[in-house]
Amino acid sequence: MTGMVARVVIPGVLRDLAGGAHELTVDLAEPAPLAEVLDGAFAPWPILNSRIRDERGEIRRHVNVFVDGADAKRGQGVRTPVGPASTVHVINAVSGG
Amino acid sequence: MTETIVGIGTRKGLWLARSTDRASWQLEGPHFLMSEVLSLLFDTRAGRNRLLVGFRSSHWGPSLQHSDDLGRTWVEHPEGSIRFPEDTDTALKATWQLVADPHDDDVVWAGTEPQGLWRSEDAGETFTLNRGLWDHPHRPEWGEGAGGGAIHTVLPSPVDPQSMLVAMSTGGVYNSRDGATSWNPGNTGIHAYFMPHDEWPEFGQCVHKVARDAVTPTRLYCQNHRGVYRSEDDGVTWQSIEEGLPTNFGMTVVAHPRRGDTLWLVPITSDYQHVPPDAQLQVQRSDDAGRTWRTQATGLPKTWTNVLRDAACLDADPEQPGLYVGTRNGEVYASTDGGESFSLLATQLPDVYCVRALTVA
Repeated sequence: MTGMVARVVIPGVLRDLAGGAHELTVDLAEPAPLAEVLDGAFAPWPILNSRIRDERGEIRRHVNVFVDGADAKRGQGVRTPVGPASTVHVINAVSGG
Repeated sequence: MTETIVGIGTRKGLWLARSTDRASWQLEGPHFLMSEVLSLLFDTRAGRNRLLVGFRSSHWGPSLQHSDDLGRTWVEHPEGSIRFPEDTDTALKATWQLVADPHDDDVVWAGTEPQGLWRSEDAGETFTLNRGLWDHPHRPEWGEGAGGGAIHTVLPSPVDPQSMLVAMSTGGVYNSRDGATSWNPGNTGIHAYFMPHDEWPEFGQCVHKVARDAVTPTRLYCQNHRGVYRSEDDGVTWQSIEEGLPTNFGMTVVAHPRRGDTLWLVPITSDYQHVPPDAQLQVQRSDDAGRTWRTQATGLPKTWTNVLRDAACLDADPEQPGLYVGTRNGEVYASTDGGESFSLLATQLPDVYCVRALTVA
């Protein structure tokens, strides 16, 4: 149902790890912490999950996750609330050499 | 026909160099482009044709993958081959060492950052953390060298399945004599000049690399952060063998795979000048277990680069084992005469982090 699905948009370089999907969806009846949303989105794709979060569930240092345009790391991290119609963007940070 | 394959792990991927004469080389790669390839293991035990690779991406974290067709296809365990257990509240940073067990054809050991020792019983597909070392009371006092805090050397005894040595930066050498159940420091005689109150501590040394003698397995050689040492008691006590060397600093040490008392170092000027002595890349060879040394530099360049901890190795050629050294400016040199002369195997690669060689009969 529209409005009851949170979208998790995957960076292009990782889409092969999600079966080629541009985005993953998670059914949400009410707001949930980002960690739970990512758990749901990545459950079928454990290797994709390992690229984005370490084994403690922490978002990797040079990966940024935005919830409705706000950087989760500058907010409540993996506890950032995600609404039923939210869009979560996973983005590789601009870093490296 | 014998083929030699040299795996070259670099800051930006893995290359495989192949040769049937060890004179002309065909370079394949890169695999894992833009990932730091830190550890390699060719595993041909029990009919395997496996290449295990530990690497990390600055964005996507560490990974360990294997290929059973020399790089045409790669396999990654869905849950991750090495995952710290939940109760450790720790995340893997990198796998710095992969070693085949000499007694069990299915066992592979891994050394990681942070300082963890891991055992696989399925040829490197999944690993279990060694709790004896992880729970060691010294752990809170282990530190980090410039490359991080890692177990970078894993040396199971080839004759005693109960005996194993590991080395870490910083922390030093630890030994087990009960099948990797309990661990004791083995740093007596290794200098830690940087420790302000005790320069000869029980542990805390910045050991860079340890190699085992081919004929006398209880004889070991150590390149320390300032200092080169030999142990005659399987890594418990150490005696200096630095006399005659141009410097006592370096990152790596390798031993001849069959001939005893024969080893090579790659000297670096000092811990504050990471360049070769006199800007001449060279190896130092000893044929008497470190009592005397001689410089080997024919074919090696004048340069300001250096050679990292796992960027030297030997192959298993039955006539004359090849010696390979990779530099931080992306060159690999090969010698097929025991270091008397070197030729360029590869150039214009990213910084070389590790090299490992496979001889295929």
